Order: sequence, then structure tokens, then C-alpha cells
Amino acid sequence: MDKTPEQINQDLLRPLYHASWRFYVALVILGSLVAAAFFAWGYQIYNGIGVSGLDRPVFWAFYITNFVFWIGISHAGTLISAILRVSNATWRRPVTRCAEAITVFALSISAMFPLIHLGRPWLFFWLIPYPSERGIWPQFRSPLLWDFFAINTYLIGSVTFLLLPSFPDFALIRDRASGWRKKVYGIASLGWRGTPKQWHRLEMAMRIMAVAIIPVAVSVHTIVSWDFAMAPVPGWHSTIFGPYFVAGAIFSGIAALIIAMAMLRKLLHLEEYLKPIHFDYLGKLLLVMSLLWFYFVFAERLTTWYGNFPSEMAVFWVTQSGRFSKLFWTMIFCNFIIPVPILAIKNLRTKIGWTVVASIPVIVGMWLERFLIIVPSLSHKYLPYNFGTYRPSWVEITITIGTFAGMALLYLLFSRVFPIISIWELKLGLQKKVEAAPALASQEPATEQP
Amino acid sequence: MEHRWGMVIDEDRCTGCEACVAACHAENNIATVGDDQAARGRAMHWIRVERYYEGNFPDIKVKFRPVPCQECSDAPCEPVCPTYASYHNPEGLNAQIYNRCIGTRYCANACPYLVRFFNFLNPVWDKPLNLQFNPDVSVRSVGIMEKCTFCIQRIKTAEIKAQAEKRPLKEGEFNPACVQSCPAEAMVFGDLNDPKSKVSRLSRSSRATKLLPELGTHPKVTYLKRDTWDNGQNA
Repeated sequence: MDKTPEQINQDLLRPLYHASWRFYVALVILGSLVAAAFFAWGYQIYNGIGVSGLDRPVFWAFYITNFVFWIGISHAGTLISAILRVSNATWRRPVTRCAEAITVFALSISAMFPLIHLGRPWLFFWLIPYPSERGIWPQFRSPLLWDFFAINTYLIGSVTFLLLPSFPDFALIRDRASGWRKKVYGIASLGWRGTPKQWHRLEMAMRIMAVAIIPVAVSVHTIVSWDFAMAPVPGWHSTIFGPYFVAGAIFSGIAALIIAMAMLRKLLHLEEYLKPIHFDYLGKLLLVMSLLWFYFVFAERLTTWYGNFPSEMAVFWVTQSGRFSKLFWTMIFCNFIIPVPILAIKNLRTKIGWTVVASIPVIVGMWLERFLIIVPSLSHKYLPYNFGTYRPSWVEITITIGTFAGMALLYLLFSRVFPIISIWELKLGLQKKVEAAPALASQEPATEQP
Repeated sequence: MEHRWGMVIDEDRCTGCEACVAACHAENNIATVGDDQAARGRAMHWIRVERYYEGNFPDIKVKFRPVPCQECSDAPCEPVCPTYASYHNPEGLNAQIYNRCIGTRYCANACPYLVRFFNFLNPVWDKPLNLQFNPDVSVRSVGIMEKCTFCIQRIKTAEIKAQAEKRPLKEGEFNPACVQSCPAEAMVFGDLNDPKSKVSRLSRSSRATKLLPELGTHPKVTYLKRDTWDNGQNA
């Protein structure tokens, strides 16, 4: 990257000023899909949750699958960005902001699902501990309440983590703009003047946040896994669930990040900023997570099989060779058999198109993984007289499609309001003439000064 | 606690007539949901008669097992509810407080016996059942969980009556609707705190077992049946 700072400004601020007709077409299509999802949700609130395909014994299905899936996607951003910041990996600079934005949006979407899935969603605020006329606190022993706090903590942390390093960029836009932009970005930059004191405080705040957000991110998905592991349900009640879910979350998150970056690169013409080397490094991470994920699945399946408890074996066989086996083997194919060879071969991994080809099945596979954790266990729980099955209704399918459209829509709008690559961090990297050498940089002591 | 209500169900006596199911529906204002919803697995029966078949034709045996809420002493449904809607009452019953329920359905997932029922839609009753509501039992709305209460309205009525007459409760003074209606007298209800009550004596029987005892839920419902060991013919 041998661009001058002014060229960088021009390249990265262009999407804030100009939009092609494609943007408006995408806006209309995605907007109508999101509107359809909201209509479906309204229909469900009006008529009752019975318009979904849920039944007895499958009391949780698509909505909780989506909830866990989107929380998983949210682990791409903040966690990876924080790890790269803490380890001082210099290649992170063009990646961090688009990663952090994924976290904020995916988490916002996933946080809607516990509401969507409630029988009486208008009473969701009973989860908040406040002195009420009802005279009781929420039940602190319930994993759902842990969830409530964990997600809110993570959401507040991620929004802070996204906004903190944005202030210098907002100030840059403010200084270059006139009219309404000057006003809006002036407010958004919170009086950033770029004084040494402000830089020092920003640096301190980012260091604290980067360290603090890592345990928060790990705890969030662990607690999500405990929603399942704390219940005596065959296939759920397992100690492996915490790390298994965290690994799966990071896995799906990296895949989402690769896809998002490839799209941004194409649509916003960022070819000179998001280079094959970034996809190569993320591809290596994805490869490691794919292997780790497979290790967890293998360990979980094998111990269940050897344990041979009748109730667990009912769930085991229904996923392995029974009604859900097609989905199970699709999952293995998508999460392991497709991505591993692609990412292991250097000639393929260093080509952006191939990393995307490896990432898309991971998204599908990880969605299936969550579905396969929830539904087979619930439909084959202990007493065979009560075994059941599940088929989603149009309401659940519409809402699920709507969330993917919503994610794309939010991201699209974000790229029109925020510089999608952190301009000041990129310039800082140039200024310091640091070559992209993550392995070396991460072994050196932190010497970076902004 | 003064009383610890329990039940004994004799599987060797049960004929599978389902009078208990009908009585329970009538007593507790349980919605009939309709054919379509029932076909989708949303029927609500606070007590159900499970049928299991043993052996191959013509040497076949049918086993009936009536399953109400097991009223666990260590109930998995209770700690998972974020709003205290499923709650252990002072007499050890797993109470469900309808007004607190927001419909997370976590309790139903945690319950190994699947005896919790969710109102997926607003309740409906097949005519003319809509004309025979029990005024002592509240009608539940859409979006909340409901379950067997051991007919808590009958328990409370009897307790209040005994208190007003300043006397202890007598055994057999009242029974839940299912026990009352069982023609084979396969079900017995009473106070497990009274070692001389019929339910206490029967639950100490050599035929006594619990449902899924390995889960450590310590149910207050006891089943009586002869041991029929799996002789390996299902292998």
C-alpha cells in the first residue's frame, strides 16, 4: 500500500458520498424481505405462537436455532478484533472495523429471537430485575436470566468497542464536510480534536476494552450453551457444550467475516485495501477452527456412543442414521469436508474466491449444527410414547430469511455512514511502515505508539 | 410442611379406560384444542395414558401407564424458569403460576416426563364443553404453560373447610378428579407425611417404582408393577 493519506481519505470516504443504482435496488429488495419478516412476527403476536411449527415435545426450534446461530456469527467481530489488537497483529488494520460491525448487528438480530420466541413477548421486561408491583425478582438460578445479562453486557461492550476507534474518523469527516454532514458527524465525534491527551486516552481505552471484551465474548457463548447443558435432556446435558459452542461460534464468525469482506471489497472497490493476504490469514484461522470444531463433534459423538445410555442413544441414532441423518451428514460435509481441503492447499487459500467458496458452506453447516443440537434431542426425550417431530411453518421461514436480509441491510447502511475501514489506524500503519508480518509482530513486545 | 401430597398408580390394575383423562379435562378447564391442533401434537392432557406393547403377535401384551405430573421433589422445571412461574409451593407441589408465565417454554424442555402443556393458541373447547367450566379453576390464555396441579383447588377447599371446623384433614376427604374417577381404583392419593395413610403404605410396597428414577428428580408419584425383566428378546 503506497497510497498517500489523501488518497486513502478519498478512497474510503467515497461510499459515504456516492451510491450507485445497485445500492438502491439492494435497499428495496432487502427492505421488503425485512418488512415481510416483521409482518410475520406481527401475525404471530396477534394470533399466538401457534402459527409457528412448534409443537409438543419440540418446544424450541427455528427461533432458538437462529438465536444461537446469530450469536455465533457475532463472535467474528469483536472477539477476533480484540485478539488481533491484543496480539498486535498489524494485518488487522483494514479488518477490525468491518468485523466489529458484524458483531453489533448479528448480536442485535440474535437478541430479538428470545423475544420472538416468547409465548407472551409483551411481558419480556419481567426478566429485568427492578422493584415491581409484583414483588418478586427474576429467578437468578435460570440460565435464561444469565443469558439476558450476558447478551446485554456483550452488546454494550461491542457497541463501545465499535464506536471508540470511530471518533477520529468521524472528526475527519466533520473537518472535510459542510452542511448537515458537518453537524451530524460533529456531534458523533464527541468533540474529538486530536490532542495528544485525547490520543492517549483513546489508546488506553482501547487497550482496556480489547482485554476486557475477550472474557465477555467467551462467557456469552458459554452461557448460551448452558441454556441447553443445564437441562436434563439427552444430548444436551454435557460438559463439552461450553467450549464446543465457543469454538463453533468463532468458526461461523470467521466464515461470515470472510464473506462480508469479499462483498465489501467488490462493491466498494476496496481491492487495494482488502488484499488476498488478509483472506489468506483469515483462511488459516478458519482452517484451525474447522479442525477444532470437528474434534469437538467427534469427541462428543464418540463418548455418547461408548456411554450407551438408552435415552442418549435414541437421540444419537436419530441424528446419525435416522430421520435427521441427512441434515447431520450435510453438516459434516459443509463444515469439514468442503472447507478443510480448500483451506489447507495454499494455492487455493490465497485466492479470495476460494476462501469464499470455503466459507459459504460453513454458514449453512453451522446453522444446521444448532438445529441438530436442539430438535433431535427435544423430539426424542426419554419416554418413547412422547416422541415427536417438527416442521417449520411459513412464519418461521419468513422470519429466518428476514434476519439474513436484515443483516445485509444493516451492513449496507453501515457502509454508507461509517468508513468501513478505520482510516486513522490504516494511516498509522503506513506511517510506521510496518509490513504485514503477523507472526513476527505478535511475538514482539507491544511497542506500538499512536 | 404439614402435608406432602403424593400419589400411587397401580399399573397392574389400570385398564387404560382413560376416565382419568376425561375427568381431568372437565375438572381443570383444559382446552380441547380441536382435531387439527391435536394432530399437530398440541393436544393437552394433564394426565395421559401411555400405551406400550410388549412381544410379537400373537403373544402380545399391552401395558398402560397413566402419567400425570410426577410432582418431583427436585424438579428440573423449577430452577430454569426466569420468572418464578414454576415454583415449589410450601406443600411440595410443583405449582405453575399462570400470571407470571411469559412463555419461554424452558420448563417443558427441562421436564423429562413431558407433563407440561403449552397454550400455542387461544384456548377452544368443543361444544358443548364450553358450557361446563369449573368456576374454581382459572382459564389459561394463549402463550402460557399449564400442568397438573394435583387438583389444588380441591386440596385448598378441603384444607379451608377443615380449618374452619377446627379439625385435622381426614384421609380420603377429597381426591383429585383422576383418582376419584378411576373405576379400577388403580390410583390412590394422600398425605405422604402420614406414615399410616394408604398412599404411604403402598409407596413402600415391594412393587413400588418411580418413573425414570435415574434422573434423581424424586417424584411424589409412585408406580406399582410386577418386575418384568427385559429377557433380551428386544436385542
